[in-house]
Amino acid sequence: MTHVAVFFVSKFLSTQIFALFHLTAWYNKSKLYIMRVLMFGWEFPPHNSGGLGTACFGLTRALAAKRIEIIFVLPKKVGVASSFMKMVFADTKRIKFHTIESTLKPYVTSEGYLRERDKTQTEIYGGTLLQEVHRYALRAREIAKKEKFDVIHAHDWLSFLAGIEAKRVSGKPLIVHMHATEFDRTGGQGVNQEVYQIERDGMNFADGIIAVSNFTKQKIVEHYGISPDKVQVVHNGIDECDYEDIPERFIELKHSGQKIVLFAGRITIQKGPEYFVRAAKRVLDVNPNVLFLVAGSGDMERQMMLEATYLGIGDHVLFVGFLRGQDLHAAYRAADLFVMPSVSEPFGLTPLEAIIAGAPVLVSKQSGVSEVLVHALKTDFWDVEDMANKILGVVSHKSLKDTLWGNSRKEVRQVNWDVAGQKCIDYYTKVICSCGPAPESRFI
Amino acid sequence: MASVCFYFQVHQPFRVKDYRVFDIGNDSEYFNDDSDRSINNKKILHKVAGKCYLPANAVLLELLNKHPEFKVSFSFSGVFLEQLEMFSPETLESFQKLVATGRVEVLEETYYHSLSFLYSPEEFRRQVALHRAKVQKLFGVTPTVFRNTELIYNNALAHEVEKMGYKGILAEGADHVLGWRSPNFLYRPQGTSKIKLLLKNYRLSDDIAFRFSSRDWAEFPLTAPKFADWVSQVNGGGNLVNLFMDYETFGEHQWEDTGIFNFLRHLPEEILRNPDNNFVTPSEAIALYEPVAELDVHHFMSWADVERDLSAWLSNPMQHDAIRSIYELEEQALKTEDARIIDDWRRLQTSDHFYYMCTKWFSDGDVHKYFNPYNTPYEAFIAYMNALQDLKLRILSHKPKEKNKISTTRKSAIHGKSISKIAQKKTGHVLKKKKLVPRGKSTVRK
Repeated sequence: MTHVAVFFVSKFLSTQIFALFHLTAWYNKSKLYIMRVLMFGWEFPPHNSGGLGTACFGLTRALAAKRIEIIFVLPKKVGVASSFMKMVFADTKRIKFHTIESTLKPYVTSEGYLRERDKTQTEIYGGTLLQEVHRYALRAREIAKKEKFDVIHAHDWLSFLAGIEAKRVSGKPLIVHMHATEFDRTGGQGVNQEVYQIERDGMNFADGIIAVSNFTKQKIVEHYGISPDKVQVVHNGIDECDYEDIPERFIELKHSGQKIVLFAGRITIQKGPEYFVRAAKRVLDVNPNVLFLVAGSGDMERQMMLEATYLGIGDHVLFVGFLRGQDLHAAYRAADLFVMPSVSEPFGLTPLEAIIAGAPVLVSKQSGVSEVLVHALKTDFWDVEDMANKILGVVSHKSLKDTLWGNSRKEVRQVNWDVAGQKCIDYYTKVICSCGPAPESRFI
Repeated sequence: MASVCFYFQVHQPFRVKDYRVFDIGNDSEYFNDDSDRSINNKKILHKVAGKCYLPANAVLLELLNKHPEFKVSFSFSGVFLEQLEMFSPETLESFQKLVATGRVEVLEETYYHSLSFLYSPEEFRRQVALHRAKVQKLFGVTPTVFRNTELIYNNALAHEVEKMGYKGILAEGADHVLGWRSPNFLYRPQGTSKIKLLLKNYRLSDDIAFRFSSRDWAEFPLTAPKFADWVSQVNGGGNLVNLFMDYETFGEHQWEDTGIFNFLRHLPEEILRNPDNNFVTPSEAIALYEPVAELDVHHFMSWADVERDLSAWLSNPMQHDAIRSIYELEEQALKTEDARIIDDWRRLQTSDHFYYMCTKWFSDGDVHKYFNPYNTPYEAFIAYMNALQDLKLRILSHKPKEKNKISTTRKSAIHGKSISKIAQKKTGHVLKKKKLVPRGKSTVRK
């Protein structure tokens, strides 16, 4: 009876859920936390690769500030210290870390995994990426058995099986967080069926799905046959405090009045580097005093270098390799325009970073971040002419650069993890109320 | 007596198409978008003519025939009239019919609906003269009352317009200027002797223009008797109710299904029900009433946005950059004596281009976004600056022999004074001298 009533409430009267939620929170006051989350996440900056670790960090910090306890489980290679993460949260008792020895890391491909694995020359890791993902899930199960928590939150497909195992042993609701789909990673070509299957199973087995944008939600609904009602959009955020005291570099590149247009990200099909290089060619046809910086590495790096040479613009396209931390921030700061021409970008944190560091941005319309940025130039990734036209607009008119950046700088302040964290908590509550055990035992 | 003075602004700019950097030097048609986007000038004109101009004109004609006391006034921008000639002659005819009744006054403005008064008084006078000629040609009347683009106004403008011989001028009845004073009287612009100032009663005007269909408004729904009652209340506290608004209020901003046309249809009889009310045109108001006081307006005001200032057109660096760039070309453009180049240069002065670049309220999704045919103000700026760059090239390549002359021109462009001197000399014979390059096949062009 109560079950039915609660289900009804959750579905139609979200305000009452809040009332229920606050009541329970008050009941739990003596424990000094609201709820406890078992989170399957990824390595934080500065040891991360790409935006997934940054997102996990931002969200975890925001949740901890809102009195959420987190049991954070992540893969770790043998011999790599994990002191940094513990150090970051040393002043709070709300975060507890569990590491599982594994070579899993975000964005890894089957081939990449094998290369990594062979380097380690140990026998403990799975023979293939998929075997490793399964092994990771079994280890996660052991942790889930021992710990107490209210909800499970798993980031990205590599941890979905772990989330599923944790739900099986604990009976607690599972929320999977879609930071990307297999369709984004592959640009829609050569989707790995096994990966797709894990994503789909994860979403089907989960009690709720968080998508990082409407763009991603759309993909989930279209390609995975998931009901839109089951997907909650929580846009990523950015915390300005992580971007202070950015050094000034690349000054010599700007001496002759040369303008800098920056690409930063993995040089993979998903990020659309070839459109960047082609747009560069069109820009340079009109204005040769522009330098295109490519910061990043990836399987298309060599191809892009060849393409630039082939187009006769090799001396105007500079490949500076993978940058992290202050080096990357300095590149943003030096840029007159940051370009993210992604073919399919679930969210895309780099434009927000670039804005905070001092550069206006041009983003593809095929991105989640374009949903939260009004003051950005936008283009279809394939429309190289339009992209070049807009790049030239910014490098030719300081007034455009100043207006665009000034307005976007103000706008980015509204896109923070505090907002995202609150949305997550509201969603946890909704999912717990609608599918968890009886109300009286709902919160541990 | 409460005299109701209706004034409708009718204007459509020549919107710049999605003109890309790669078009520079290859395409000198900046205004001929033929897509489905709302930068297609022909399409927009047809749409607004169908929704507003034609039905509203029909209602006004009916009212003028029915009530001999009913009067209104219009201000048509020259670029609007030009587009009527090009795209919708039947709409032009319906306006001509209204003016022919003798109870519809036509006001003066700058032909290009520009901000020229702020940047070049000489160019301002030239554009007023062009407008005068256009109105005379199309309507057979000569305006005697002036209103500047978007009711932009200050003391200096009133002085200038008085010198040009106009009897009256219109402005916004902005609170920050009026203070405790009422807009329901005529005023004398500070330091002038003859010209009279009519101020918009923005509360009553905006009740129709902005709030008519607003369900959040306590007075919703607005009916003709209710509005007539508000007008009657002015009796004893003023003698003039200036209802100034965009003509597009009728049918375009307030759609037909809001009942706006029925409201208009019944308003005159309701207002005239009170024998103390009547209708006047601006020049009749000027003949009928005397100014009650001098009004000192040092800073520019306008009827735009809540600020009632210039910030809709001139608040961010892009807008300042664009407008400075277009006026920097003044001397060189005029010097070409090429009618097409000069016309394009002037079309690019239309205030709407700068309005589209406004980022003031962009993220709130308010009127600026509603009235912006571009996806973003940044795209508006890029298209505009690209077109401007092409225009510059056309100007520079117009007389390639006189390279030395061009460099002296550049020098004088830096010193504002000499520009105006040279430009003043030019006034008058800009359009008649030498070979005029014919502009396409269009016969309606000046």
